[in-house]
Amino acid sequence: MNTQASALPQPSVPGQPAAPAPISAARRLYWSVRRELWEHSSIYIAPLITAAVMLCGFAINSIGLPRRRRAVLLLDPLQQRIHIEKAYDVAIGMLLLTALLVWLFYCLDALYGERRDRSILFWKSLPVSDLATVLSKAMIPFVALPLLVFGITVVTHTGMLLIGNAFLLVNGLAPTTSSQLPLPHVWLTLLYGLAAMTLWNAPIYGWLLLVSAWARRAPLLWATLPHLALVAIEKVAFQTSFFASLLTYRAMGWTTEAFALRPRGGLLIDPLNPIAPQKFLASSGLWIRLASAALFLGVAVRLRRYRGPI
Amino acid sequence: MPCIEARGLRKTFGTTIALDGVDLRVEEGRILGLVGPNGAGKSTALHAILGLIAYEGELKVLGHDPRTQRDRLVTDVSFVADVAVLPRWIRVAQVLDYVAGVHPRFDRARAEGFLARTGIRRSSAIRELSKGMVSQLHLALVLAIDAKLLVLDEPTLGLDILARKQFYDSLLNDYFDRSRTIVVTTHQIDEIQDILTDFVFIDGGRIVLECSMEAFESRYAQLMVHPERVAAARALRPIQERQVFGRSILLFDRADRHELAALGEVRTPSIADLFVAVVDHGAGAPLGAAQ
Repeated sequence: MNTQASALPQPSVPGQPAAPAPISAARRLYWSVRRELWEHSSIYIAPLITAAVMLCGFAINSIGLPRRRRAVLLLDPLQQRIHIEKAYDVAIGMLLLTALLVWLFYCLDALYGERRDRSILFWKSLPVSDLATVLSKAMIPFVALPLLVFGITVVTHTGMLLIGNAFLLVNGLAPTTSSQLPLPHVWLTLLYGLAAMTLWNAPIYGWLLLVSAWARRAPLLWATLPHLALVAIEKVAFQTSFFASLLTYRAMGWTTEAFALRPRGGLLIDPLNPIAPQKFLASSGLWIRLASAALFLGVAVRLRRYRGPI
Repeated sequence: MPCIEARGLRKTFGTTIALDGVDLRVEEGRILGLVGPNGAGKSTALHAILGLIAYEGELKVLGHDPRTQRDRLVTDVSFVADVAVLPRWIRVAQVLDYVAGVHPRFDRARAEGFLARTGIRRSSAIRELSKGMVSQLHLALVLAIDAKLLVLDEPTLGLDILARKQFYDSLLNDYFDRSRTIVVTTHQIDEIQDILTDFVFIDGGRIVLECSMEAFESRYAQLMVHPERVAAARALRPIQERQVFGRSILLFDRADRHELAALGEVRTPSIADLFVAVVDHGAGAPLGAAQ
């Protein structure tokens, strides 16, 4: 029965296979993040579709651009800038909205889907620790998605500028100048805003990942219903909405904490609102939030340790 | 150092006792079959060995405690659960990339070599492959990992007989050597009887029999007798008796083979025959236990 044993390459010490080249933690993390992108291709496909739709819509809208531009050029420079920039802000808003949905569904599925399809038994048969797995899954909302949104926004904005300028030039108007539309400044503000939003929302991502590691079914309900129930109970019992405003502040607080002024109505990233990183970093709320995010992720790692297929 | 050493291994799920004080010792280089009815605790025992669940009692696998040192253990242990655990969305090329990316003992060229013998294409997603192909792929991945311990939990579940035979042939011819240890559970125990070096019967969370194949072959004998000689055969205290086509088949533990041969036809029983005699207290009355 063991005749083939001699044919196989024998390890130098019997029973002790030769020490293999070690694999660094960074390499394991890199492959695990790639694995997430293979599995959840919606992470980049959804924002790309949104960007394509935005560009098509902008192109159609640009038919009337020369007429509108003539009216805008009569305004003072600040008003010109606000008017021209508006369409570009809408693009940012739509991409952020898409990303938020992707965020929500990714986080809730990250540690739940692998248990539901039993593949957790395969992943756990490989030398990737629970910590590395949870960190690689956290990399998607914390790093990959913000960078993707930024990159796709830059491409979309450039496309919009080219389309708009083409329509203007054909109609004998001057192309948009950098003072009318300071795109590099818009992008830097966006990058800062994305970083602030990610840090501020860290406990939300952590909480969603925790629920996805814990829930046996319906992680979306487990993640949201307890909060909604508290809001409802408070409203019915005390006729107040303290908890509801707390929740809103939790989700949207970064817009007031990370910038010098309150943003104008409806705008997530207000290009005329100066950034205030010192104020943001000095807010104790931010650090409490980061600490709770770390706590939630730690619990998710512990939960995954003994979680099996469901 | 034994490959696996368990003492007083216990695991309960709520009020259900899955493992009830299991003592087990598996030496390096053995192929152990873990045999038991559904719900006997086989998978629970394997999951404890792999550090996938919490448990009570003492357990050392390759000298490590699976509870606290799982991350170190997992590099030296390969695991195949039933065929359904490969994620359905992943592509063959991706799973090769990923395992090569994270496993220091994975030999990609070897895995590609195994796959070349099959009809599996690199660009296929798992969901497009047949059950047999998925198990071939999983086996190719596992055979290319230079592990010290391979744990197989119903690895051929749902496969046809050809695919099952192919699976175990590859396992034996391409993988096993004396420095590796294999622990396998399966319901088709007869099919792997020839490759085992040891087997363990587990029932109700307890080990009811532990035996090496050498001991099994010298210890147990099956006698087929004509009705007129049954009384004489029964006097030799069989551990089980059953009727097949009007003839009695009696199973003996440590009986004298020459004495038996005088009464009828003597064969070595299959593990399944012994399993029925030892574990099945309902239909096949265990005479040995009664006497």
